[in-house]
Amino acid sequence: MMRRLLLLLPFVVFLGLAFFLYRGLSLDPSARESALIGQAFPAFTLPTLEDPDTEVDESLLRGQISLVNVWASWCPTCKEEMPQLLALSERGIQMVGINYKDARDLGRQFLEEFGKPFEVNIFDPAGDLGFEIGVYGVPETFLVDADGIVRYKHVGYITPAQVDEVMMEVEKWR
Amino acid sequence: MRLADEAIPENPLPIGSVIAEPLTEHGLEMLTLTVPEVGLFALLIALCLSLLQATVPLLGAATRRPLWMAFAEPMAWGQFAFLLVSYASLTASFLLDDFSVDYVARNSNSMLPWYYKFTAVWGSHEGSVLLWSLILSGWGFAVSLFSRQLPRDMLARVLGVLGVVSAGFLLFIVVTSSPFDRLLPGMPADGADLNPLLQDVGLIIHPPMLYMGYVGFSVVFAFAIAALIEGRLDAAWTRWVRPWTNIAWAFLTLGIALGSWWAYYELGWGGWWFWDPVENASLLPWLSGTALIHSLAVTEKRGTFKSWTALLAIFTFSLSLLGTFLVRSGVLTSVHAFANDPSRGLFILALLGITVGVSLLIFALRAPRMSANAGFSWLSRDALLLINNILLVIMTITVLMGTLYPLILDALGLGKVSIGAPYFNSLFVPLTVMLCAFMGLGPVSRWKQMPGRELFRRLLGAGLAALAIAISIPFLYNGQWNVAVALGMVAALWVVLALVRDLFDKVRNASSALSGLRKLTPSYWGMVVGHVGLAVTIVGVVMVSNYAMERNVRLDIGEQVNLGGYDFTLTELGERRGPNFLADTATIEVAREGRIVTTLYPEKRLYIARGQPMTDVALDPGLLRDLYVAMGEELDDGSWAMRLQVKPFVRWLWLGALLMASGGVLAVADRRYRRRRAAAADRESMRPAREVRA
Amino acid sequence: MALTLKIRCCVVIVLLMASFQSMADTAIDARHFEDPVMAERYRDLTASLRCPKCDAQAIDSSDSPVAADMRERVALMLHEGRADKEILDFMANRFGEFVLYNPRLDGRTWLLWALPAALVAGGALVVIAFVRARRHRRVRPLSEEERTRLSSLIHRHRERSE
Repeated sequence: MMRRLLLLLPFVVFLGLAFFLYRGLSLDPSARESALIGQAFPAFTLPTLEDPDTEVDESLLRGQISLVNVWASWCPTCKEEMPQLLALSERGIQMVGINYKDARDLGRQFLEEFGKPFEVNIFDPAGDLGFEIGVYGVPETFLVDADGIVRYKHVGYITPAQVDEVMMEVEKWR
Repeated sequence: MRLADEAIPENPLPIGSVIAEPLTEHGLEMLTLTVPEVGLFALLIALCLSLLQATVPLLGAATRRPLWMAFAEPMAWGQFAFLLVSYASLTASFLLDDFSVDYVARNSNSMLPWYYKFTAVWGSHEGSVLLWSLILSGWGFAVSLFSRQLPRDMLARVLGVLGVVSAGFLLFIVVTSSPFDRLLPGMPADGADLNPLLQDVGLIIHPPMLYMGYVGFSVVFAFAIAALIEGRLDAAWTRWVRPWTNIAWAFLTLGIALGSWWAYYELGWGGWWFWDPVENASLLPWLSGTALIHSLAVTEKRGTFKSWTALLAIFTFSLSLLGTFLVRSGVLTSVHAFANDPSRGLFILALLGITVGVSLLIFALRAPRMSANAGFSWLSRDALLLINNILLVIMTITVLMGTLYPLILDALGLGKVSIGAPYFNSLFVPLTVMLCAFMGLGPVSRWKQMPGRELFRRLLGAGLAALAIAISIPFLYNGQWNVAVALGMVAALWVVLALVRDLFDKVRNASSALSGLRKLTPSYWGMVVGHVGLAVTIVGVVMVSNYAMERNVRLDIGEQVNLGGYDFTLTELGERRGPNFLADTATIEVAREGRIVTTLYPEKRLYIARGQPMTDVALDPGLLRDLYVAMGEELDDGSWAMRLQVKPFVRWLWLGALLMASGGVLAVADRRYRRRRAAAADRESMRPAREVRA
Repeated sequence: MALTLKIRCCVVIVLLMASFQSMADTAIDARHFEDPVMAERYRDLTASLRCPKCDAQAIDSSDSPVAADMRERVALMLHEGRADKEILDFMANRFGEFVLYNPRLDGRTWLLWALPAALVAGGALVVIAFVRARRHRRVRPLSEEERTRLSSLIHRHRERSE
């Protein structure tokens, strides 16, 4: 009897493995988890895109819920994301842009052309802030709650269909 | 990149534009009109034949109907013939540039050189699976050719099991991945071209070799299932199975080595093994196949390890199938992800589940009782081969776990982790050293019992010599102590010197050296060559991992950089146009102590149809070192970023694999596998009392 | 789009990515380490950090911009005299555990090392149990049935040779 059970062991192990392989089929291998979720948005001091002499820091993200969007003029999908960001900006959220590895004039021109959903844009030409928050593909969007804690991250551009998904997260942490 | 701007407008035939005028040659038109349909039709016939092969002979064997059993062979031949037709017609569509065939349009281009049109057939998913099935039916055909001495019911069952596997894969092709689908109307004027990574000689032979190995284990698997059903796992059975195992294993060894070689010179950064999930997928059946080869030896010679051998045969093919699943379904991210589609994953998973699940159930129900008759002592070849098997299985499980762990964590919602080279290396180095330690003892030891005193006396010299040479190697190489090098060298030298000692002892007792050598059997030589091959590979791994040198530099014309005693001078920059690409070229003279060693011509190519840049590495290969130059990007001032490398002993990696594969083939030449009558008689006498269940 | 990104990322061109003019100014020469030990550490670190943007590539071989940034940061931190572990933790804290090819030992990864260790220990036990059970079984007395069969065979053989 013991022997029969032992002989069944490979079969049982295989069943377990097959279950995980099956689950694996519906997972997205390109999805990444963010290290920042549940952590405070890192400290920074950077000028704004609009005015080189005005500096902002992490206190900008305290006191109200904010969506921080990392964008650049050289990023083609950022253009397609603009209408969705404009829609989100009308839902009572503070919209903050991070102009990532870009030139000041190109960034401004981009906003003139495709819309201005952001109340303020942080100018990050060297990508230092982007590196601190683990940006690896532009655009990326972070949800920061009123205490300055990162609650949610969206990598890639927010499609029109995903606006509601983002809003649900916003309502959850508002 | 300079060439990029010129290249785009030059692209003569934009993809997606509909062809305006009909083909001029009437004959050619007729040909292209029917070729894919012939292929699809042949494929469907092959599927029908495989379904018959999967059912009739197995039923025949169960109910003892000779006519039904005799069905197996013609079905196997027919299936092979029709798949050949099918495969040939897909190849013809490629050669004829028939871009109305979707698969051809996605993987070829009119500018693609003709020889790559041949290899582009397996450049992507549908064609690879067709090749897989063709090779599977080829193995079935070979079984029918070379196994005439097999008892009829055994042959029927083996071919029947192969038919089941084949039917599954052909069904998979027909249902989800037909390469014959047409793009009509709206046929593109030209194809999207073969992925430039695959436009390479290494890729002409790598996938077929790998598939020969993967699929070859299906034969061993079929034999194991047949033996489990019949309850007949005896010495004669192992003699039928061993040649097939060795040949499949040899192909897999070559396939893996070719893949590593290809990655080395084609991917452009000089790595030769990345512990990438797809590489691991090919290593898994290799490790368990290696264990199988050794456990078969024990089962043949001593009649023990029977259930274990059967289980390993099932495992090895299951791991081949798992590898196919992992690559084809894309559940694991990988550099090789250019050929996958998650929607097909479910089908392969079902195939995998049915094949492996059912065979493991058969195993659980029918595994032979342990024959506890043969005893052996602590020091004996039996015990050492047991240790070998355990270590190889631990290695297999380690690679399997490391490969699937991220997937399992993700499926459990525990987040994303990565498991890569540092993890695998940290476990494989000690396991390999342990394996080598016992590998030195194995061939010298006798079956059943080996007196420790004798073993010690015979191997003391070899051990001391290995130790002394290994310790001096780092000092001789660059005057610096390096514990990793010494350890690796001890392992490799120990294996080789113990074999040398064994050869010496065997020859010494003969009347003359020549007659002594002649008395040794091919299977003994196969073992020697295979083991030396592993040692050679280990030397390559140790040297290149510890002594490789690399510099990333910017070079302008006339500038010189020194690396590892070699002076690299950029003498010329140029441009050239290839059949389907544009290239920036560089000429680099390499000198050592003032004398020119070689001139290297690396290229940075832009493949026109896909607009894809590729680094074409320039290599100066050598037995003791490779010089390796890859072009990066052109910098603002007109100089180029380049990666220069000196790779000592890197060729030994693949040389060792070649030796291992030759060892596997050599052992098959042993006379005992050719004594057909004798083997058959043997079987009759050893036939167990247990009757075939209906 | 996803496909082109994948190809861009994973087709394998080493060295610099010229996407950003600001950084095209050769990080290559800056990466020449005078100290061979530091060069070695740089090689090991860049080989054991996974590019977050790519499918399955270490940052040493990826041409993705974020990989270039990460290499730059590794070199910088090495020059600052940071320890390997500090550098790895620094990256993991920003880009996630995902970037570590050699995962940190924690509640979900301990099995990766525990299982091979357990297997080696278990394997040793199997060998011991196996050989112990078989060591003294070198000669097994014939069973009654076998003895009868043997004697009949011998008997027949004698008859034939007579």
